[in-house]
Amino acid sequence: MADGVLSESRAVRWTLLALALGFLALFLVLPLLAVFAEALRRGIQTFVDTFVDPDTQAAIRLTLLVAAIAVPLNVVFGISAAWAVAKFEFPSKSLLVTLVDLPFSVSPVVSGLVYVLLFGAQGLLGPLLEAWQLEIIFAVPGIVLATVFVTFPFVARELIPLMQEQGTSEEEAALTLGASGFRTFLTVTLPNIRWALLYGVLLCNARAMGEFGAVSVVSGHIRGLTNTMPLQVEILYNEYDFVGAFAVAALLAGLALVTLGTKSLLEWRYGDSLALAHRH
Amino acid sequence: MSVVILRGWTSLSLPKPSALPGFGITFGFAVTYLSLIVLIPLAVLVARAGELGFDGIWRVATAPRVLAALEVSFLVSGAAAAVNAVFGVIVAWVLVRYGFPGRRLLDAAVDLPFALPTAVAGIALAALYATNGWIGSLFAPWGVKIAFTPWGILVALIFIGMPFVVRTVQPVLQDLDREVEEASATLGATRSQTIFRVVLPVLVPAILTGVALAFARAVGEYGSVIFIAGNMPFVSEIAPLLIVTKLEEFDYAGAAAIATVMLAISFVSLLAINAVQAYSQRRFSRG
Amino acid sequence: MRTGIDAAVAIAIRAEGLTKAFGGTTAVADLDLEVKPGELLALLGPSGSGKTTFLRLVAGLEAPTGGRILFGEEDATRLAVQERRVGFVFQHYALFRHLRVKDNIAYGLRVRPRRIRPSEADIRRRVGDLLDLVQLTGLGERYPAQLSGGQRQRVALARALAVEPRVLLLDEPFGALDAKVRRDLRRWLRQVHDRTGHTTLFVTHDQEEALELADRVAIFGRGCIEQVGTPDEILDHPATPFVAGFVGDAVRLPVDAAGAWIRIGPHSVRTGADHAAGPAELFVRPRDLVLADDPAAGLPARVVAVRRSGPARRAELSLADDLPGVEIELPAGHGARKGDVLSIAFASIRLFTSRRQGHR
Repeated sequence: MADGVLSESRAVRWTLLALALGFLALFLVLPLLAVFAEALRRGIQTFVDTFVDPDTQAAIRLTLLVAAIAVPLNVVFGISAAWAVAKFEFPSKSLLVTLVDLPFSVSPVVSGLVYVLLFGAQGLLGPLLEAWQLEIIFAVPGIVLATVFVTFPFVARELIPLMQEQGTSEEEAALTLGASGFRTFLTVTLPNIRWALLYGVLLCNARAMGEFGAVSVVSGHIRGLTNTMPLQVEILYNEYDFVGAFAVAALLAGLALVTLGTKSLLEWRYGDSLALAHRH
Repeated sequence: MSVVILRGWTSLSLPKPSALPGFGITFGFAVTYLSLIVLIPLAVLVARAGELGFDGIWRVATAPRVLAALEVSFLVSGAAAAVNAVFGVIVAWVLVRYGFPGRRLLDAAVDLPFALPTAVAGIALAALYATNGWIGSLFAPWGVKIAFTPWGILVALIFIGMPFVVRTVQPVLQDLDREVEEASATLGATRSQTIFRVVLPVLVPAILTGVALAFARAVGEYGSVIFIAGNMPFVSEIAPLLIVTKLEEFDYAGAAAIATVMLAISFVSLLAINAVQAYSQRRFSRG
Repeated sequence: MRTGIDAAVAIAIRAEGLTKAFGGTTAVADLDLEVKPGELLALLGPSGSGKTTFLRLVAGLEAPTGGRILFGEEDATRLAVQERRVGFVFQHYALFRHLRVKDNIAYGLRVRPRRIRPSEADIRRRVGDLLDLVQLTGLGERYPAQLSGGQRQRVALARALAVEPRVLLLDEPFGALDAKVRRDLRRWLRQVHDRTGHTTLFVTHDQEEALELADRVAIFGRGCIEQVGTPDEILDHPATPFVAGFVGDAVRLPVDAAGAWIRIGPHSVRTGADHAAGPAELFVRPRDLVLADDPAAGLPARVVAVRRSGPARRAELSLADDLPGVEIELPAGHGARKGDVLSIAFASIRLFTSRRQGHR
């Protein structure tokens, strides 16, 4: 609670509290409530019926598939990049780290656009892909690519500062004791970074499943084939199937809440082992 | 394979940077990955835009509809960032300095706009602020429309930018030395003088960083905006939507041109953020 | 150097029955203290003894749960910290990092309401005078980050003096500095005090500092004041066992007193004064432990170890198995070895019985 002597007057304190809580209620709580309220507007049965629809089921499957590919790929990248940056000295290290943050400064639409320009029918490799009868844009591979682009910083960002802070002495000790490089990584490095890794995977996964803009550009919106859950939400909404749209949205919101909860738990229990403690 | 070539290359021309193994493979993989996923596609973007030449890009970028979209995007993003600056500081202050039931929960919830898929946020806000929505209906009797107008865009951009200022200001507030506020009080300053002369100046760099981050995010935002925006050209059409429209018209070069302009502005914002951080480091550097 | 700083009008500070409790713990309990106008009083004690809490109560940074504080004749207990006109110097300086040195010093003058705010010219002049006083002339344009620890502390003092406080309160002002800087600043603080004449309270846990610097010292022990007196009084005539054990080096021996005799372990010595019978605590300073002139009248002590300490030789002695060991410096040429029995005497002791204190 506020200190006795050196604090704002009661009036000021209550005003600030009201403003803050009002703002958060308006911009946080209400939208969340609205999702669930709209989803259940016509009752539980209608809500459940949404997930019987084959197109919606396909969307859910595709979302899971994309996440199942993108997240592990980004984990491998994150570990590689963090290992290279943290355990070695080389020029252009800061360039590498800056590039890792790049997707955060790029609009999701642009993230999708770059792949259309590369692999689309009129793109750079368009004719080549057509010759080989490979479909990337307007097909699953394109969605995976766009998702990978948008989500690859998450794991790397969590690991790089942490591993930099942890230094190299433990790994060097393991080497002197005869362990191979890979074994050292498994038995020494991995345990040290496991909570940060889990945290990064969590954020990466949440974003991978929820990405809309980038995927929307590359997907072609082909029902039952190239729609992820967020895209399905858009389709249902545009068809005025509001309950359907909000039902799928509620599922995604539930995922977001689980992510937030787990994230907070990790921060609370293992805060010291996370990059938060070591950034800036 | 490329990895082997890279490893051979590094052992030829670079000195082994450390006793630990795996530099070649990890560095090589990371660089390859970045190139394939990020650098090459971005290069293609710039190249495609470059097809038009500087004149062409300029013409596309200054076409009336494009200008209008850029104006909408940047003005509303700026307004949203400003709102988030004020309320972000208030929320951070309340979360750090005051105790109340549910504070921990609310603190965790501040990250919701980060975690929630943009499409979900988009339809939720559209439903809330439509004339028959929970909030929209409060304003309807006065003839005030929020959804499907630029005001709707403002609401959406405030939503997605909200965590940025709070999260950049919170750690600074937490680390603030209370003795400095006590010193100010012993010298005769009232509480509000202490806040404005001693506390806020120290927060300014963090606030600016948060504002810059919120602004950069808002300018490129797509999913949360298009449902509530109305998307009418010249009125409530945002730049990212225009890019999508041009793509659907197969005007790849035009889309690339707008994207390049937006990228350039993002790049400038990133530089600005770094400059602010460097400045504040110098100004407030611990001796 | 002549400066424009006038000598202050010194006032007395009085605490009556001052109490401060935080939740379950009492930091300061029913404390009475009178500080004379213009004196430099040190508050000395171990950590947790309440000295910093007391200082903050005087400043108004904490509100007491009982008792009063008076500045001169005025009851200041209800006054907010802003209204008390105290100058407070913090252990870690608490300088405003975003302001230059000159703006730090001028801060207290600039936050005054318009009616009593001096003009900018006056403020600049006063800042200049204060910079001269604290010997930081010419450093006004710098930021605190560009100064050394000692310089920062001097800026903190100048800043506190700028508002012409009624009293000056320093909370372990040299605690964050290294030994050499501490000693220099100690001397300098005394000079500043003599020139400006403020009633000054300062908290320290460094005995040497308190005894060297202060006019009087108040020894704090667990929330109350054990003794207030001049450094001589504290050292030579400790009022309580706590003071005797805390200030200066002293060996503490549990003994039994009866009349003029004191039994230490299995032996007894005769003292010059009469003591109430019963268990007591005996305190003796190391320099007061000597070889007895008359071996028969001294206390037998077995040599446990002998070692060199610089040019001298020291013997560690045991008076009895259940008593703490004592050390004695051997005169040059003394051939004591481990196992020998020496006869020692006390040149001066303090004895505290459960009922009355006494000393020989």
